[in-house]
Amino acid sequence: MNGEELKIKLAELLPDITIEEGGEWLNVLIAPSSWLSFSNQLRNTQGLDLDYLFCLTCVDWKTHLTMVYHLTSTIHRHSIVIKSNLDRNKPEIETVSHTWRTAEFHEREVYELFGVNFLNHPDLRLLILPDGWEGKNPMRKDYEDPINIIKL
Amino acid sequence: MYRQTEIISDLSKTPPSEGLEGADMIINIGPQHPATHGVLHLVITLNGETIKKVEPHLGYIHRSIEKMCESLSYRQFIYATSRMDYLSSHINNHGCALCVEKGLQIEIPARAQVIRVLMDELTRIASHTLWWGAMAMDVGALTPFFLAFREREMINDIMEETCGARLTMNYMVPGGVMFDLHPNFQKKVKEFITHFKNKIDEYDELVTDNVIFRNRTENVGVISKEDAISYGMSGPSARASGVQCDIRKLYPYEIYNQLQFEEIIETGCDSFARYLVRMKEMRQSLSIVEQLIDNIPDGEFQAKTKAVLKLPKGEFYSRVETARGEFGVYIVSEGGTTPYRIKFRSPGFSNLSSLDHIARGSKIGDLVAIMGTLDFVIPDIDR
Amino acid sequence: MGFGFENITASIHNWLYNTFNPSIALLIEFILVAICIITLFSLLGLVLIMMERKVSAWMQVRLGPNRVGPKGMFQTVADTLKLIIKEGMTPDGADKFLFNLAPFIVMIVAMVLMAPIMFAKGFQIWDINIGILFFASVSSVSVIGILMAGWASNNKYSLLGAMRSGAQIVSYELSAGLAILTVIVLTGSLRISDIIESQQNGWWIFKGHIPVIIAFIIFLIAVTAETNRAPFDMAEAESELTAGFHTEYSGMKFALFFLAEYVNIFIVCAVGATLFLGGWMPLHIGNWQGFNHVMDYIPSSIWFFGKTFFLIFVIMWFRWTFPRLRIDQLLNLEWKYLLPISMVNLLLATVIAIAGWHF
Repeated sequence: MNGEELKIKLAELLPDITIEEGGEWLNVLIAPSSWLSFSNQLRNTQGLDLDYLFCLTCVDWKTHLTMVYHLTSTIHRHSIVIKSNLDRNKPEIETVSHTWRTAEFHEREVYELFGVNFLNHPDLRLLILPDGWEGKNPMRKDYEDPINIIKL
Repeated sequence: MYRQTEIISDLSKTPPSEGLEGADMIINIGPQHPATHGVLHLVITLNGETIKKVEPHLGYIHRSIEKMCESLSYRQFIYATSRMDYLSSHINNHGCALCVEKGLQIEIPARAQVIRVLMDELTRIASHTLWWGAMAMDVGALTPFFLAFREREMINDIMEETCGARLTMNYMVPGGVMFDLHPNFQKKVKEFITHFKNKIDEYDELVTDNVIFRNRTENVGVISKEDAISYGMSGPSARASGVQCDIRKLYPYEIYNQLQFEEIIETGCDSFARYLVRMKEMRQSLSIVEQLIDNIPDGEFQAKTKAVLKLPKGEFYSRVETARGEFGVYIVSEGGTTPYRIKFRSPGFSNLSSLDHIARGSKIGDLVAIMGTLDFVIPDIDR
Repeated sequence: MGFGFENITASIHNWLYNTFNPSIALLIEFILVAICIITLFSLLGLVLIMMERKVSAWMQVRLGPNRVGPKGMFQTVADTLKLIIKEGMTPDGADKFLFNLAPFIVMIVAMVLMAPIMFAKGFQIWDINIGILFFASVSSVSVIGILMAGWASNNKYSLLGAMRSGAQIVSYELSAGLAILTVIVLTGSLRISDIIESQQNGWWIFKGHIPVIIAFIIFLIAVTAETNRAPFDMAEAESELTAGFHTEYSGMKFALFFLAEYVNIFIVCAVGATLFLGGWMPLHIGNWQGFNHVMDYIPSSIWFFGKTFFLIFVIMWFRWTFPRLRIDQLLNLEWKYLLPISMVNLLLATVIAIAGWHF
């Protein structure tokens, strides 16, 4: 499916999305509240079949956090990027680990590094960081560690 | 369709010691354990010898390379990436260089492209030979490890001459490669090709056709195609389940679209299929090296770039096929000299997420064989 | 025959009994035997470990130890010294008594097994009339030592290793026993000297037709498993259980396990050589008087040790070539294949023995 067809299809599924072009792939900005049903539609809708979540990450824009999901279809070979802006003080979004299994680990990583709370995640614990790092969110831009981070 | 969510949902949030049934036993494999090839820590729940649950604990070698890269310039951050998947450091560097080049929109000279592909494929062979030795050691055969190192040494020597390093090469830079090839390069690579062609048959004789090895790997660690996709697996591990995912074929970079090679796909879905994919990939890589070694074009080995690189505002994503799978680099740029946010999509991390699913119900010995065939490099997982 | 051990032992025996009264003479003989066994024990340990290292190095395209002494010959001595001065730790929570007892049990079993072995013509500690039965029964005691070590260590790896080892040794004892019985049926005696005597006109592996060859192969497989050697090293399985039952052992206690393993290999190979390859008996072929006469000139001890070390080499060859089996496959191999085969094989051998079809 090419970019135009994808755009029409996505707009059919969820009217209130913002689609921006320009990058390598289609960027779709959605509201966090609609993510749960939308992710299932992306995964299961005939013609979209975005079954492969190859990158899940978060970007801290100082004013808000942006979740970034890179999805591709192993059947049709088209890729899209889903973005969702979260409130920086209380970042919450629905988990997709039931839709794409690999998200379980990726979301745990984002949870500990950015403090995003994934609702209904089956096993939201620290993955990489040792115990005692809950709530410190080292990948946020305002994280300070005077011992280990040397400011140039 | 893939199995419904019972796999994740029954992972309890309680600490492992609670909620154990009568005969169950918790055992820690790692962080110091011969089978984990590094500092991976697996907490496994056993019933007798049968595995009921595998819970990976990561981070023993986490250095937060992503955070570090946020304060490094576009030339510098590539050096940090050699330390992630140290067995295919060339390919990691390659992915980063590609991403920066994508942002700068520069074309790199033909010679540099050929050199990059040559180095990538040699790295792939080196990585796979080491995997072969380590895998055989996991299932209990110690001799292959030493045989594999003999061939790996030859590649390391070739690398050392040209790149000046044996493990963390830092040879690929934005715009091309750092130095020109060493004058001995072609001669030595040709020697290696003739040597390795015999040796890989020897590998097959020693391990592939061994009855015990077959018994240990066939129908062990089965993961279906749907599950492999859902778990985001990539590289040889996914191709053994029939997923077509070779980045070199699907999204060709450099000169891969002009080369003759096959994407190896097996449908066995088990450990032996993963083994076969890697063995066949070595032969494919060897044939790529053979095609290129006499056809290195003359010319510049590096495009002209500015001393200080500045990426335009935007997001850039590049992906390459490392020896372990799809390696992605996601750069968010604010227009400065350093990346605003950088994310490395490492193949090992996604492959590891499937370990629990694959290993349930098998024996401890199987778990070791499964980990061997999934080919984990721990710094690649932890980053 | 000229030089021979039988004259030496007989003259020492006679001299002792002529000089002292019988009970003191017996006591002195005990002491002499103990010294000989302990010397042989440590010597065997050194030689076999060195041999293992060199064989593995040869198979793995490397040099092996080559620094300590000429061609690295004293490497094991240096290692032993290191192990002696290392602290022998006993972990917290371990059953201290059993933990410390276990290596000695394993080693004592290995030492006791030396008794019925005939090292050369007339050179044997105890020519007991149930020699082979003695071997089969005493060797199974070592599993108690291993289970003890695994249980007392208070370590899950050790426990798993010990349990595996227990299951394995108990099962493989059966087919080893049946393989031994094949030769016993042909010989008609359990006494080691009788068994060797019966091979004067040819070793059983040549005389006994196919059943003995099958029994020999089964015997080799079973004893490899019984001594916990790769490809059956489930008890150690270093890539799965780190070091299995001896994970927690260090220093000299570990060395005793190590030593006992190698001496056990020697013993099972010596028994194999005795049963199938004629022990100290030179290679005799039917009525070739001249050939047999030439063979007789080679001392019997060289024949015995040559055969034994050949078998040891074969077992080492297994170790450095094969991957390890999984525990369920290991037990399948025994109960589903080796045991039925060796039972049928024993029947065949009995038919051959009764009908007198062997040479």
